[in-house]
Amino acid sequence: MEETLSRALKVAEQAEVFRVSSKSTPVHFEANRLKQVQTKESTSTSLRLVKGGKIGFAQANGFIESETLVSMALETCQFGTNAGFELPGHRAYPHVDILDTQTDKIAIDEMVDVGEKLIDSITKHTPDVLCQASVVKGIISVDIINSQGSQASYTKSFFELGLEGVVVKGDDMLFVGDSQSSCHPILDFKSLAEEIITQLELAKKNVPISTKLMPVIFTPLGVASTLITPIAAAFNGKIVLDGASPLKDKLGKPVFDKNLSLWDDAILSYQIASYPFDDEGMPGQRTSLIDCGVVSHFFYDLQTAALANTRSTGNGGRHGGLPTPSTTSLVIGKGNVPYRDMVRDIKEGLVIYMLMGAEQGNILNGDFSGNVLLGYKVEDGEITGRVKNTMVSGNVYQILNRLEAIGDDAKWIGGLLQTPYLYCPSLSVAAKAG
Amino acid sequence: MEIEKISAITDALKGHGADYVEVRLEESYVSRILYRGQRVEEIGKTSSIGGNVRALVKGGWGFVSFNDITGLRDKVDLAIRQAKIVGNEDTKFSPVQPVTDTVITETKKDPIAMPLASKKQLLDEYNDIIMSTPKIQTSNIGYHDSRKKIIFANSEGACIEQNKIDLGLRLTAIAIADGEVQQLGLSLGSPGDFSAIEGLQQETKELAQRAVRLLSAPQARGGEYTVLLDPVLAGVFTHEAFGHLSEADHVYENPQLRDLMALGRKFGGKHLNIVDGAAVPGLRGSYKYDDEGVPASKTYLIQEGILESRLHSRETAAKMGEKITGNARAINYRYPPIVRMTNTYIEPMSASFEDMVSEIKEGIYVKDWYGGTTSMEMFTFSAAEAYMIRDGEIAEMLRPVTLSGNVFATLHNIDAIGNDLGMNQGGGCGKGGQSSLPVSNGSPHIRISKCLIGGGQ
Repeated sequence: MEETLSRALKVAEQAEVFRVSSKSTPVHFEANRLKQVQTKESTSTSLRLVKGGKIGFAQANGFIESETLVSMALETCQFGTNAGFELPGHRAYPHVDILDTQTDKIAIDEMVDVGEKLIDSITKHTPDVLCQASVVKGIISVDIINSQGSQASYTKSFFELGLEGVVVKGDDMLFVGDSQSSCHPILDFKSLAEEIITQLELAKKNVPISTKLMPVIFTPLGVASTLITPIAAAFNGKIVLDGASPLKDKLGKPVFDKNLSLWDDAILSYQIASYPFDDEGMPGQRTSLIDCGVVSHFFYDLQTAALANTRSTGNGGRHGGLPTPSTTSLVIGKGNVPYRDMVRDIKEGLVIYMLMGAEQGNILNGDFSGNVLLGYKVEDGEITGRVKNTMVSGNVYQILNRLEAIGDDAKWIGGLLQTPYLYCPSLSVAAKAG
Repeated sequence: MEIEKISAITDALKGHGADYVEVRLEESYVSRILYRGQRVEEIGKTSSIGGNVRALVKGGWGFVSFNDITGLRDKVDLAIRQAKIVGNEDTKFSPVQPVTDTVITETKKDPIAMPLASKKQLLDEYNDIIMSTPKIQTSNIGYHDSRKKIIFANSEGACIEQNKIDLGLRLTAIAIADGEVQQLGLSLGSPGDFSAIEGLQQETKELAQRAVRLLSAPQARGGEYTVLLDPVLAGVFTHEAFGHLSEADHVYENPQLRDLMALGRKFGGKHLNIVDGAAVPGLRGSYKYDDEGVPASKTYLIQEGILESRLHSRETAAKMGEKITGNARAINYRYPPIVRMTNTYIEPMSASFEDMVSEIKEGIYVKDWYGGTTSMEMFTFSAAEAYMIRDGEIAEMLRPVTLSGNVFATLHNIDAIGNDLGMNQGGGCGKGGQSSLPVSNGSPHIRISKCLIGGGQ
């Protein structure tokens, strides 16, 4: 890395070398049985440089001569965008617990055992369910050095446990599933099993639902599959800068329900999205996005922040190219209404676990329309069964502008979002006749 | 071929206790250009070198992927040890004649050989067209080209080098007025011919103008409609709604799904023929050998409305006792090959567009796509453009709509198939965490009765 940096600095004003190495061991189950054990090792090195005020970028996965990497980056420089930022110098980073040395020591046999027990507990409840499951452990190391004297590194462990089940009866198919992740090993599968068994139990009967406006409860999984993508896009500093975010001129204004708060938190202990510094060496932090209904901040990387005349929020993430504003863990603040009280409150309504296709619509505008992949009908305060052939349409901003209630219990989804149940008073539901 | 690499692979594949072992080594170079609004967002290059080993022992798989391509012997041993943890039955794996071959992609206008400056010049032109359209707030343009060399060898003696070129372009126009945001996109691609994305000035202009018109378009009323799909959206429908169901890995270990997808079952009218084939030349899903070294084929999935066959890897073909089709693909060396589509389309019939429209009293004409997804029986796909049809005429423009339904019912509800097959090369397919894989899909215009449209009340 040092060699690449010093070579780059012979031709450029600023330069930064970023390296990430990872090793993961996924154990996969198919059709209720162990199917494949994998070991995946990868190393990539990327070089960002600024020459004549313009940004150049090149990345190498696997081995590359540092000379080659520098010349690739230089070639792109002449057409590159103007750099508005200065790379950060050495600075203090927050202490974030993201490494559990026990995680990497978990033996493959133990991982197989957890997966088998998880599947057993599901098939014990519903014998004809076919499960696809995965148990993954891994470790990831990040190193960054730049021309301003910054030199930093961290190592993070991660563990994931997930299961998807399908039950086929004639032409009818039922899909259930959930997952958990942590920097700690997850050897206790019971809470995941309980969640999936609840989904199966409620789906024992299919019930018809009418086409009309009705109250809808989004479970944490439902929030993740329906509401969070458009909201995350609207707070992305780059989309705000483009003028394409509906929130672009709403900073400091009450746009959402006054009980709703949302923040991005890079420094939560043992969450897989946490880090002491982002992918360009800026300290990780907690950034409030919605504070009691008011738009409080957007999230930024260095370049976007410079163009928008603000500061980076430590949200520069890399996805195979230059850093770009990226969320870490999104957290929606808890409310005070138990989920069961929300259900009790509904005369006729819907509980949404998974909405399929919601993200295909006009995300920027907040419009969505999706098929209820897993959802349940509520009648007179009780869940009466599963709905099928049902579409839900609405607008995320309208929903989050007036919530009937926010749940008092929050759940992590995929290590990227922690959210309570959200109760929406009225949403358009369209059911296929017959 | 590179003698050094080949002999390293051959050595690593000698004398082991597995039923089957394969090694894949890969080198690739990718260029990307991204625009947002007036500015070039990013120009970047990525080079990759890496590989994997896959081993099969008593029906269980071990898989090892890496960037460090030295020490292949140890990697083979690790993959075999992992496979042994899993294996506890007889291995079933369809036999294939081992091939030795080198495949070079021929291309008319090679993007790899072109200087960055001339690529950027074309994109500048498209971007200027979008940005100069009144009421357009911003644009997104994404261009990539890639060159890839894959060396594949297995313990049966196959040794294949394949060189592939791929390029893709997506243009998006974003219009804003009075707090409303609307966007429209155009996606194109080619297995290596840059001229496929040249000369789009007129299309780009119309795209931007339509995005602006969406701002004042009404939303469709939710409910059931007769819908007319253009070739692009019908292609997405074919891929999403039916194509994924025909991938044998979803079916082979699921007895209920096997019953549901029994060959010989009637899926639609006599006019319905659906094909998938990497052997159909010159498309983004075309290749000579799949990632298990199996020669590509052209497969009738549905013939005259009857389920005729499905897409297979060597394992699924053996386990279902069906013919191999050469559909095992991996997006890169970091993943094992899984059953994937290639070029998937509905074959053209005789109906003309005018006749199909004129017979619709009230319906919706849906064009182009945002995306689509499926959960086997249920599908949803989104049209980027939609128009009401009233009394046999195309009427007002609507906001983008989402169509959804049950594939079994919907294929039966296709009541007319057009004569104007069009292939869409702009898409990519995601499955099992492997995204985005170059594929193409297509169809003539098709008409579907009783299709569920999401929307307002």
